[in-house]
Amino acid sequence: MPDKLKFGFYWAASCGGCEIAVLDTNEKILDVLERADILFWPVAMDTKYADVKAMPDRFMDVCFFNGSIRNSEQEELAHLLRKKSKVLVAFGSCAHHGCIPGLANLFGREQILKHVYTEEPSVVNPDGTRPLVKGKVPEGEVSLPEFYDRVSPLNRVVDVDYYLPGCPPAVPRILDAMTAIFEGNLPAKGAVLGPAKALCDECDRNKNAAKKMPDVKRVWEIQADPGVCFLEQGIVCMGPVTRGGCGQRCINGNWPCTGCMGPTPEVGDQGGKMISALASVLRVDDEKDITGPETEKLLAKVKDPVGTFYMYGLADATISNRRQK
Amino acid sequence: MSTRITIDPITRLEGHGKIEIFLDDKGEVENAYLQVPELRGFEQFCVGRKAEDMPQLTSRICGVCPVAHHYAATKALDAAFGVQPTETARKLRELIYHGYIIYDHILHFYFLGGPDFVVGPDAPKEKRNILGVIEKVGMETAREVIKHRAYGQRITEILGGKPTHPVSGVPGGQTKALSEEGRKEIETMARSCVDFAKFTLQLFEDVVLKNPAYMALIQNPKLGLAVYNMGMVDEQNRVSFYDGPVRVTDQQGKEFARFNGSDYLDYIAEHVLDWSYVKATYLKAIGYKGLVDGPDSGLYRVGPLGRLNAADGMATPGADAAYRKLFATFGAKPVNSTLAYHWARLVELLYAAERALELATDPGITGTDIRNMKFDMKPEGVGVVEAARGTLFHHYRLTEDRMIESVNLIVATTNNNGPICMSVREAAKELIHKGKVSDGLLNMVEMFFRAYDPCMACASHVLGRPTVVIDIRRRDGELVRQLAS
Repeated sequence: MPDKLKFGFYWAASCGGCEIAVLDTNEKILDVLERADILFWPVAMDTKYADVKAMPDRFMDVCFFNGSIRNSEQEELAHLLRKKSKVLVAFGSCAHHGCIPGLANLFGREQILKHVYTEEPSVVNPDGTRPLVKGKVPEGEVSLPEFYDRVSPLNRVVDVDYYLPGCPPAVPRILDAMTAIFEGNLPAKGAVLGPAKALCDECDRNKNAAKKMPDVKRVWEIQADPGVCFLEQGIVCMGPVTRGGCGQRCINGNWPCTGCMGPTPEVGDQGGKMISALASVLRVDDEKDITGPETEKLLAKVKDPVGTFYMYGLADATISNRRQK
Repeated sequence: MSTRITIDPITRLEGHGKIEIFLDDKGEVENAYLQVPELRGFEQFCVGRKAEDMPQLTSRICGVCPVAHHYAATKALDAAFGVQPTETARKLRELIYHGYIIYDHILHFYFLGGPDFVVGPDAPKEKRNILGVIEKVGMETAREVIKHRAYGQRITEILGGKPTHPVSGVPGGQTKALSEEGRKEIETMARSCVDFAKFTLQLFEDVVLKNPAYMALIQNPKLGLAVYNMGMVDEQNRVSFYDGPVRVTDQQGKEFARFNGSDYLDYIAEHVLDWSYVKATYLKAIGYKGLVDGPDSGLYRVGPLGRLNAADGMATPGADAAYRKLFATFGAKPVNSTLAYHWARLVELLYAAERALELATDPGITGTDIRNMKFDMKPEGVGVVEAARGTLFHHYRLTEDRMIESVNLIVATTNNNGPICMSVREAAKELIHKGKVSDGLLNMVEMFFRAYDPCMACASHVLGRPTVVIDIRRRDGELVRQLAS
C-alpha cells in the first residue's frame, strides 16, 4: 500500500455548495479517506490558519480550492495554499469563472455599500455606520479584511494546475478526478477535468430536435414540455455552448441549462457564442433572415442578456464588466 | 493593558468568521467579538435580472441551505405574480423542503456541531470531526449517517433536479411532477429517516443527557440568553417550515406578536455594527439596546430552539412527544440554554422525517396539476420560509416586465447575529480565567456559536467596502493610481 496522500480543502468567496458536493460522494468518501489524509478543511475540521502556515512548503499533495477571490484574506489564503500544495485545483464554478457572485462586477462597490447599509427598507442607521477595515471597540482595535472592487477567478491571483467545473461539480466528475489523482493519471497541467463535448451532444431531449426556435419565451410564460428541447419551445438553453458532463441535472428538473459548466474548449466566449447560436436557430426556416430585422427583434426579446449569457462567466469573460470611470 | 486571543478561522460551520477575545490584566475576559469578514453582494447584483431567475440566483447565497433560499424566492415570486401554487405543487414544495431539513439537520449534528459531544469538547483537535465520530460510533452507524444525509439530498434531486441548487420553483408552481416510481423511492427513504431520527434522539439522550458534565454546561444559566424567540407556525401554533405566520414570544413564553411575512417591515429592523459585515436585527417595537438580553432588548433568537420556544408543539406525533420531553426536562418554557439548540434540532429532524413520510404517502402528491398560470401581477412580493437555521425573508420589487428592481434579504444568521455574538462573549467570560487557555477550552467557546448552526455565507450575502477609494484610470480602464482614505 503506497503512502497516503495529503489533501486540503478550502473555500474563499463561495456558498458552501462545493463542500456539500464533496460530501455527496457519500460512502465513496470513505474510499478516498483510505488513500488520503485531509489536513485542512474548515467546514469539517478544526485546523486553523496558524497550523497551515506551520506546514513545510509543498506539504500537501493536492489542495481543492473553491470560491472566488473577493477580499484580501482570500487572496492571502490563495497564496498560502499555493505555496503549501504540490497541485492546486480550482474546484467549482466560482474558482473557475467567478460564477453567479461574479455578476457583482456589474456594480460599483460604493453603490452596493450604500444600498446594503443605508438604503435597504429594513435598515435603521441614522449615523451612517459602516463596517470598518480597522475598527475600534472599547477594548482595542479589531480588523476586517480589505474588500476588492471585483470578483476574480482563482487563476487571476495564483497559478492553477487543474479546473473542476460546475456549480457545484457533479459527483461523478469529482470521483473521476480523485481516481486520476490516485492513479497518477492526471492530464497535462491547465486541463479542465471534464468532457470536451457540449451538453447538447449528450442531452436526452436532443435526440429528435430539429433545432428551430420559433419565438423567445420566458419560463414562467409556458409550461415546458419535459420531453422537448427547450430551444424548440422558445426557451433560451445554454446547452449548445456549455460543457457537458453535469449529468443533465437541470434538464432533469425541467429547467434549461444556464451554463454552470462553462464553455467547451472550442467555444471560447460562452455568451458571445450563444448569441450567434441563437441567431442561427431563431426562425431558421428562412435562411435569408438570419441577420435580418426579424431575428434581431426576436433576439431583443431575450431579457437581461448579460445575466442570461454570462450568468456564471462574467468575472472571467472577455467583455468588460462595467463601465470604468 | 489588555491582551487578546484570536481564533481564526472559526471552524465546523458554514462560511467564514473569527473570534477576538480581549483579556484584562488579570487574565479575565473583558469582551469577545465574533466577526464575519466576508461579503458578497446579492442584493445589488440581482437588480436588473429576470424575476424567474431569482430562485436560482439566490440559492447561490448558500450551498448548504439552497432549498431555503430557492423557496423563499419562489414564494416572493408567487406574491409578486399574484398567484397561489396548485395544491399538488404546494405539497411537492413541502416535500422537497422537509427533505432539505432532514439533510441539513443531520449534517449539523454529525458533521458540524455534534462531534463536540460525541467525541468530546476537549478531545484532540484531529479527532473533533466526522472522522472522530466514525471512530466512536463505529462504521456501521457511520454508514447509516452517510446514507440518511444522502436521502435528504436525494429527495431534493428527485423533485428539484439538482441536490444542491435545485431548479423546481416557478411562480405558481413547480417545473416537474412526481412519478409513482419517484414517490415510492421517497416513501422508502422517509420511512427510514423516521427510524434514523429516533435513533439519533436516543443517541443524544445516551451521550449527552446522561453525561453530568455536559448537562452542567447545558443547564448553566450563565450560558443561556433570555431573549425573544421567533419562528413560523401553523394555524395551531405548531412549528411550520414552509409556510404560515411568524410568531414571536417573550421571555415568559407569552405571545408578543404574530404576523404575516409580508408585514415584516412593521416588526423587525436591522442595526449596522462597525466591527462586522453582518448586521443585527431586532424587534422594532422594543428597539436596539446593544448586545444585551432581557425584555427591554429587542434581540430575538431564531432556528431550532427559537422555533420550539415560539411554538406550542409539533404537528406529528413522534416529534410532539419529543418536544414535550425536552421542555419537561428543563422544567421551563422558554428554554434559554444555548446548547439546547442541538436537542431542539433533533426534535425537528424527527418532525421533518415524519412530515416527509405523510407527504410521500399523500395520494395527491403525484398529481399533474403542478402550475397555476393565472397571474395577477403586483409590483412586489415577500417570501418567508424557515431555513434550517432560522426565519428567512426575501422581498423583491419588480418592474412591469417582471425584472428585478430592488431586493431586500434578511437571513436566519442575521436574525441570530446579536444572540450569537452574546453567547460567544458569555461563554468566553464563563470559561476563561486567569488568562489560561487551551485548544479544548477555546473549542468550548466555539461551541457557543456552533450550537446555532450559523451560516456566514448566508449572512455575508451583502457586500461592501468601508473606505472611500478613488480610482484614477486611463481611458482603457487600466488603473493608474488609487487614492484611499
